[in-house]
Amino acid sequence: MLQIEELKVEVGGKTILNNVNMEIPKGETEILFGPNGSGKTSLMMAIMGFSGYNVTHGKIIFKGEDITDMPINERALLGIGVSFQRPPTIKGLKTREIVEICDVNRSADIEELAKKLNFTDFLERDVNHNFSGGEIKRSELLQLMAQQPDLVLLDEPESGVDLESIALVGEAINSLLYRGVKCPQERPHKEKIAGRTKSALVITHTGHILNYITADKGQVLYNGILCCAKNARDILKWIREYGYEECVRCSNEIKSLI
Amino acid sequence: MLKRDKVFDISLEDYKVDAKDHAYVEKLSQIESTDAKQLLDVGVDTAEHDRIGTFIQKDKSVIHCKTRQDGIEIMGISQAQEKHGWLSDYMWKSISPDTDKFTLQAKEKPTEGYFIHALAGVKTKYPVQSCLYIAQDGFSQNVHNIVIAEKDSELHIITGCATAPHLATGLHVGISEFYVKEGAKLVFTMIHDWGKKVNVRPRTVTQVEEGGVIISNYISLRPVGSLQMFPTTHLNGKRAVARFNSVLVASQGSFLDVGSRIVLNAPETRAEIISRGIASGGSIIARGDLVGKVAGIKAHLECKGLILNDGFMQAIPELTAHVPGVEMSHEAAVGKIDQQEIEYLMARGLDKEEAISTIVRGFLNVDIEGLPVGLKKKLDKAISETQRDMM
Repeated sequence: MLQIEELKVEVGGKTILNNVNMEIPKGETEILFGPNGSGKTSLMMAIMGFSGYNVTHGKIIFKGEDITDMPINERALLGIGVSFQRPPTIKGLKTREIVEICDVNRSADIEELAKKLNFTDFLERDVNHNFSGGEIKRSELLQLMAQQPDLVLLDEPESGVDLESIALVGEAINSLLYRGVKCPQERPHKEKIAGRTKSALVITHTGHILNYITADKGQVLYNGILCCAKNARDILKWIREYGYEECVRCSNEIKSLI
Repeated sequence: MLKRDKVFDISLEDYKVDAKDHAYVEKLSQIESTDAKQLLDVGVDTAEHDRIGTFIQKDKSVIHCKTRQDGIEIMGISQAQEKHGWLSDYMWKSISPDTDKFTLQAKEKPTEGYFIHALAGVKTKYPVQSCLYIAQDGFSQNVHNIVIAEKDSELHIITGCATAPHLATGLHVGISEFYVKEGAKLVFTMIHDWGKKVNVRPRTVTQVEEGGVIISNYISLRPVGSLQMFPTTHLNGKRAVARFNSVLVASQGSFLDVGSRIVLNAPETRAEIISRGIASGGSIIARGDLVGKVAGIKAHLECKGLILNDGFMQAIPELTAHVPGVEMSHEAAVGKIDQQEIEYLMARGLDKEEAISTIVRGFLNVDIEGLPVGLKKKLDKAISETQRDMM
């Protein structure tokens, strides 16, 4: 689904990402760990093509197509969707209207989706205007549910969300990725997993979201260098025990090889 | 582009004060199609759906006038003067003819205007529509309008001003005196679509009694030569409320100097002025003046502007308090379209141009009370079209 090759990204003339290689296969969810300032959000912004994130080396390939220089909207229409951590407020534009914009195929039942996210009352409010942390998350997920992207990039889905809503947010992510666990199921579990087509890259600082969603793999980004790739829960366990201290050593070692 | 210091002067001698008469039209459907299209664009519904009355003046002639609700009077001002001797208690009582040369012109060379009257306790379910239309080149249309909302009445008026499509020059002088009596409510929405060479000088004063409410919406999206107005509202009775919204677009060659003054003369009165302006090749001076005369009043002014491509934008918010114990505030901003907002919408699938247009539409989207659904849709469409022209 997504392939990143030797990606180097500069922001304001400063190298933020250094030789990042990553692959997210179809149907898989990948967790990206890393302390604040490690470049996680920059990687997401570069994948989406935001201005100010200059790719100076390497390629981003999505669905077999080189999208490194593609405009943002074309990446969106090709099937990449983002949940931003701090999206801007757009005055005068109703949440309902932006959800309609996301729903390119005009096939989403916006009322029903909003109800699921307990967000009906916000449809008539200006996009992100005076929204709390949890409200922003629900607004972003509502937009993604209408967009139905094949690759979802989620930036810190648990940050600023209170305990009550986090389960709701987790459930929304699972349903977005067809990873919901509901019994009884209409199809055998094995078949359901095989039918998964949605991929995701979930950025997390604390790893807390792993209590609510499932993942296939985890990676650690430290100081702009991907320095670890294994089972997401293993990484989390390690980080919980030792923090990101150990990553310093690994990333330095890798850096010396670049 | 016109800067503030460059005085936009108009010689009245350049305009004719007489025009040929136009015949009265019994049915709105009989209005010439070219005229009808212009009327539609400024909110006149020629099928009269959801309207309880109509007044249309072309040049100096009242060409159509009717009311469909008891207790609502609509007629030309000269007819009203004949019918109601007491109208002299209202005419020129709020505005003095010697205010400036335009008021003087309207006094000396009047060319009609409308009289709209809601009797005590009468509430309109749908708006009255009115239109002042200039068809003759070089004509100076000098109207005098009187609106009276008697005690506990509720009156909605949608008024459009327009010109014939190929009019080269014209001058519109509009004297308007509005009276909102005790407990009454007047919602007045004005949509302007003047020509590129037309100069417009409205002079409006509103008096509001105890518990009365005036809501005024002003929308000017199309090119106009020059427009200068500064309507003044006096909140004279306890708990009176005034809300003024304006949405302005100044394209190439347009000069708009638009603002409102609200004087809060009585306790517990409230005032709010909200304006949105986009200068796209043209100039906007957005004024607002709130004057607090007694304690216990509340007033707020919000004035936001955007310059697209090229233009001039000046926000002049003023607050004047004469006593302690007032709550008055203002917020003025001239900004640009945020790149982050554009890219946010692009990440949802819009191309850059669509994203900008969506943000501009949002910027101009002031919640306007009293706008019928059909007109709201039309305005949204007009904003989109204007917006395309700006790009």
